[in-house]
Amino acid sequence: MPLKSHDVLALEEMDAEDIRLILDTADSLKEIMFRAIKKVPTLRGKTVVTLFYEPSTRTRTSFELAAKYMSADTVSISTTTSSIQKGETLRDTVRTLEAMGADLVVMRHPVSGSCHYLARCLDAPVINAGDGMHEHPTQGLLDLFTIRERKGRLEGLTVAIVGDILHSRVARSDIWGLLKMGARVRVAGPPTLLPPGLEDVGVRVCRTVEEALQDADVVQVLRIQRERQRGGYFPSVREYAKFFGVNAARLGLAKPDVLLMHPGPMNRGVEITSDIADGPRAVIREQVTNGVAVRMALLYLLLGGREE
Amino acid sequence: MSEARLLIRGGRVVDPSQELDAEMDVLINGDRIEAVGPNLEAKGAEVLEVKGLVVAPGFIDLHAHLRDPGQEWKEDIGSGSRAAAAGGYTTILCMPNTSPPLDEAARIAYVLRRAQDAAMVRVLPVGAISRGLEGQHLAEMGDMHCAGAVAFSDDGKPVADAGLMRRALEYATAWDTFIIAHAEEPALAAHGVMHEGAVSGRLGLRGIPAAAEAVMVARDLMLAEMTGGRLHLAHLSTRESVRWLEQYRSRGVAVTAEVTPHHLVLTDEEVARTGFDTNTKVNPPLRSPEHRECLRRALAEGIIDAVATDHAPHHPDDKDVEYDWAAFGVIGMETAFPVLYTHLVQAGILSLARLVEALTWGPARVLRRHLGSLRPGWPADVVVVDLKQERTVDPDAFYSKGRNCPFAGWELRGWPRYTISAGRLVFADGQIL
Ligand SMILES: [Zn+2]
Repeated sequence: MPLKSHDVLALEEMDAEDIRLILDTADSLKEIMFRAIKKVPTLRGKTVVTLFYEPSTRTRTSFELAAKYMSADTVSISTTTSSIQKGETLRDTVRTLEAMGADLVVMRHPVSGSCHYLARCLDAPVINAGDGMHEHPTQGLLDLFTIRERKGRLEGLTVAIVGDILHSRVARSDIWGLLKMGARVRVAGPPTLLPPGLEDVGVRVCRTVEEALQDADVVQVLRIQRERQRGGYFPSVREYAKFFGVNAARLGLAKPDVLLMHPGPMNRGVEITSDIADGPRAVIREQVTNGVAVRMALLYLLLGGREE
Repeated sequence: MSEARLLIRGGRVVDPSQELDAEMDVLINGDRIEAVGPNLEAKGAEVLEVKGLVVAPGFIDLHAHLRDPGQEWKEDIGSGSRAAAAGGYTTILCMPNTSPPLDEAARIAYVLRRAQDAAMVRVLPVGAISRGLEGQHLAEMGDMHCAGAVAFSDDGKPVADAGLMRRALEYATAWDTFIIAHAEEPALAAHGVMHEGAVSGRLGLRGIPAAAEAVMVARDLMLAEMTGGRLHLAHLSTRESVRWLEQYRSRGVAVTAEVTPHHLVLTDEEVARTGFDTNTKVNPPLRSPEHRECLRRALAEGIIDAVATDHAPHHPDDKDVEYDWAAFGVIGMETAFPVLYTHLVQAGILSLARLVEALTWGPARVLRRHLGSLRPGWPADVVVVDLKQERTVDPDAFYSKGRNCPFAGWELRGWPRYTISAGRLVFADGQIL
């Protein structure tokens, strides 16, 4: 069964059937990562280009590993935002990518909607590796995968997302993915960092972190970027940690078998305390492993690889 | 002026200034209207048969950016005026945010000279409120007024300094001219690229809240009341702005307002629907449906005086980029009437007479000039529209240099067939003459 979408731009645009197909495919490909020789020839002769306009070692490495395990060739292009604004336009970069014969392009970009723009300009499939504050669909998928693997299901679970929802592409992808798969979503954070319209799509907006965590099955803690303080969204990091950070006492309000997640990299002692980040409820390292499996699944499904 | 006479025969004359809506003829003598009435005699005049078509005063656009001087690759006075003629406009106001800006008399004179040489329609320049549009010191408004500036605005940018706005409104009363306000509180609009609401929340685009406009509208209304200065509110986009306007107007404050076709027809959902198409990026931003409903009602009820396009041509390179980095603005003169006829009149939201009024007599009253009417002795500015003609919007066929049109591909009805500017047929059957 093929994926219905030509690109993976946003989980908002994907239906439950496609999401389930990706998760099931990741399930069957994950074992490759634990083989002695971590390589299958599935995507031999295919070229995957990673185009990163923002530094991100972990996401890029995850995509490159996924491509390598499937025997695809990878080319990576990275540019800083300042040079892209002055130098070559994305439109011109697209022409270069086409000339290089890219079979699939993975892009990370600081501007929301840029992957939609790229997909309009390019025939090859595009995977969004994070566009501005919009979406980070592969992170959303790996979060769904992690929850489903641990809990055996997504439907009916209560997931609390805590922190800077406004600027978080991870939160948006998580919210769409979870809602489409039948989970209940709650959010909490400083009111200055909650975007409008959450209730309209079926998210419960909680006034306190405690309310969000009460009897939750899963807690996703978002990274708080320090520049948000300079932007005037909250008065101090200290105060943020005090009222909106997740610590052992707050986590204790959730179900005893709660999963504690964080998309990384963590600010220990700010949005999450070390004792719980390294504790038994945390699945943060599994999220990283599952990220590779989910990305292998996407490359496989989008590039139409054959079975071994 | 030529003494050529032209009889526009058999059309449905819609002239809200005289409350006319009937089958009649319009006789033009030279650059003036000679008569309007049933069965006028040709008496040797050339005859234009327009049976089945609507005849109205030429449209007036209170808000266009012609990019001349300085950015002639985007538009110039000639191309902008051809776009106007093709859209049925016979008078357009051009905004001063050119480079250099229209902030002194010599530059106003430049625009009028270029218009005389190259323009198909009447071009009326708007002078800057502040020198260099920098929002610091008043520009020489008196001098510019004498050179032909019809109003003053720092459009493109708000006048952030309330003290400067107060002085501008006060000073303008010396020449009985008026101030056009681009109402936007910069600290609230900060770096926003679309309306702040559920859609911006979903798309992760930085929002411009409705209050960014409304607080400035409220401020400027208070200043207008305090100073007795005449205020015109450009491109209103929010419900709260309309409420403030209504309140101050009912108190007798000299205030008028305009709304654009895109704010009347599109909403913020268009950004999502088009997958971040940069032709949805305008300032003020496309608002949510409840704002649009309020703007439509305000236009229908006459609370908003005029439709103005905020025609803002850009080079494709300025739009063919990532959303945050794209220029604000869309072109509008060549699609305004068919867009509004199809989506407001045919949809039963606005009467044809009210739409014509908002394009003619409404803006003429804002200007307080003898324009926008087919009264005998007034300028022979006439548009003839074919309400039944249906056509797909094709930006490549525009006379404007801009292609940044949010209505590309739309099927629209009600295209201008003939445009007569100061007695001269300048546009006929899709062709500039
Ligand atoms: Zn403006």
